[in-house]
Amino acid sequence: MTTTIIETKATRIAQAATRIRRSALLMGEVQGQGYIGQALGVADVLAVFYARDDGELRLRPDDPGWDGRDRFLLSIGHYAIALYAALAEAGTIPLEELETYGADESRLPMSGMASYTPGMEISGGSLGHGLGVACGMGLGLRHRGNPARVFNLLSDGELDEGSTWEAALACAHHRLSNVTAIVDVNGLQADGPTTGVLRTEPVTAKWEAFGWHAVRVDGNDVPALLAGVDEIRSHLDGPSVLICDTRIGRGVPFLETREKAHFMPVAEHEWQAARHALEGDRS
Amino acid sequence: MSAPVKRLTTSAMIASFADADQRTNSVPFGHALARLADERPEIVGLSADLAKYTDMHVFRDAHPERFFQMGMAEQAMLGAAAGLAEVGLVPFASTYSVFATRRAYDFLCLDIAEPNLNVNVVGALPGLTTGYGPSHQATEDLAILRACPNLTIVDPCDSVDIEQAVPALADHPGPTYLRLLRGKVPTVLDEYDYRFELGRAASLRGGNDVVFISTGLMTMRALQAAERLQKDHVDVAVLHVPTIKPLDTDAILNAVRGDRLVVTCENHTRIGGLSEAVAATVAYAGIATRIVPAALPDEFLAAGALPTLHDRYGLSTDALCARVKKELS
Repeated sequence: MTTTIIETKATRIAQAATRIRRSALLMGEVQGQGYIGQALGVADVLAVFYARDDGELRLRPDDPGWDGRDRFLLSIGHYAIALYAALAEAGTIPLEELETYGADESRLPMSGMASYTPGMEISGGSLGHGLGVACGMGLGLRHRGNPARVFNLLSDGELDEGSTWEAALACAHHRLSNVTAIVDVNGLQADGPTTGVLRTEPVTAKWEAFGWHAVRVDGNDVPALLAGVDEIRSHLDGPSVLICDTRIGRGVPFLETREKAHFMPVAEHEWQAARHALEGDRS
Repeated sequence: MSAPVKRLTTSAMIASFADADQRTNSVPFGHALARLADERPEIVGLSADLAKYTDMHVFRDAHPERFFQMGMAEQAMLGAAAGLAEVGLVPFASTYSVFATRRAYDFLCLDIAEPNLNVNVVGALPGLTTGYGPSHQATEDLAILRACPNLTIVDPCDSVDIEQAVPALADHPGPTYLRLLRGKVPTVLDEYDYRFELGRAASLRGGNDVVFISTGLMTMRALQAAERLQKDHVDVAVLHVPTIKPLDTDAILNAVRGDRLVVTCENHTRIGGLSEAVAATVAYAGIATRIVPAALPDEFLAAGALPTLHDRYGLSTDALCARVKKELS
């Protein structure tokens, strides 16, 4: 019985992930290019947190400033296309508004900014800022007796930034069990593969050495993600990190193998094929 | 869901600011640095995961053994650049201007400028050259860096300026900051019998009614505006000031003498950049002249398409012409 219920939830979240991917493709097509690969890669992770009714986050979609909400900080501002799709899934942003992505006067700029978008907690883009703010939110919420939790989605490239590790030290020192870091390990940075730019592995051992409870999962495996989130929720002695190994372009096979994947150009005729591939993958 | 309507795509992070019909030169910094390094074995390059986006990849590919990838870690990159200089090399360290200034300023100041090392910091996307929003718009880099002792600051206009500045910066014994125009960079100054000289301003054209004192890409716009205003019988001079620090105060004082309208032009907030540097120069010399700043407003700018933003915030040629006409009317 329990297994059946978990499978059902996993199925619903996988469906939400497909909707997030579909929305990301829509926005990508509007601009003709962008951080499509990352959005497709991280869609399953975002679905676990933002799926309607099933999401891990405590939110009021129509009241994004509700004080009791869980905070989800996107420090990787260039993943905004993915978070806009997730916010549409959650119901905070109307689905039809996604077509304004990246246009002049839109609430959905290319890079995520708090002052533009309901549900966007911080202005990211300059990397290595999210975890420091998460630390302050965690301290403040605990101080005020507010049970809300703080999540910070960062990328493996962001582990290059020293400020990330300063904040990691502080979160562990203050035993912030209300703070969770989510690291999207897709192995790719602006100049090329992470292994060539600046080697970050072993990622799990680094966080553990900094005093964090680390859980590493396949970030494109929804049941594994759900199990990881459950484990983190039950860890009450200090901060946790969910390390998610994801695949750039996941769900659209011909984008998964594209060489120029960091800021992905997609030809005009390919979008329709991408949509078909996506629907085929989850049908 | 049906296919969406195509909209503007120019709000990509590194959109070009060149006009559609303008002559451009591709990757002038990368080629200039690679050429210089052919002759000078002490030249080295560093990047913070942005080699491809700061034109450093050309140097990297030409001299891979002299290129050091530091990852997305700007503080460590500037610290390492200082270390390379301390042991006898001449580093060019590139990233986006926002990260070199806002993020790594303490390292630039204490590791590089205080010991007066020959480290050349190269900042791409200066001022408003991306529609990506405030995280990437270095609208205050000059204001931050002008206060740093020992630091030479260069804001080139075009590919000619960049190509000639690179060897000059390497020759200069102290630290420098170059506001880098990257990718397809307009080529403008070759028509004006111009040579880049570190610390010197250049009079590009004479005129009796107005003088533009301009720097960076705004010199290109100032020249375009001067041509257009000529047709309306407004006679406009242009003084190009590629070196922001040390400032060529003699040239500026010569330019402001007389009764011409003085308009400063810069791709930077009006606070702490060229405009205030000129105003201080003029005031300290005891000259009473009104100075009109054509510069970015004191605010965090919007995200959007670059042409839209240049128009809205006063950096387009149209906006510059309109500003002059308003001041003259």
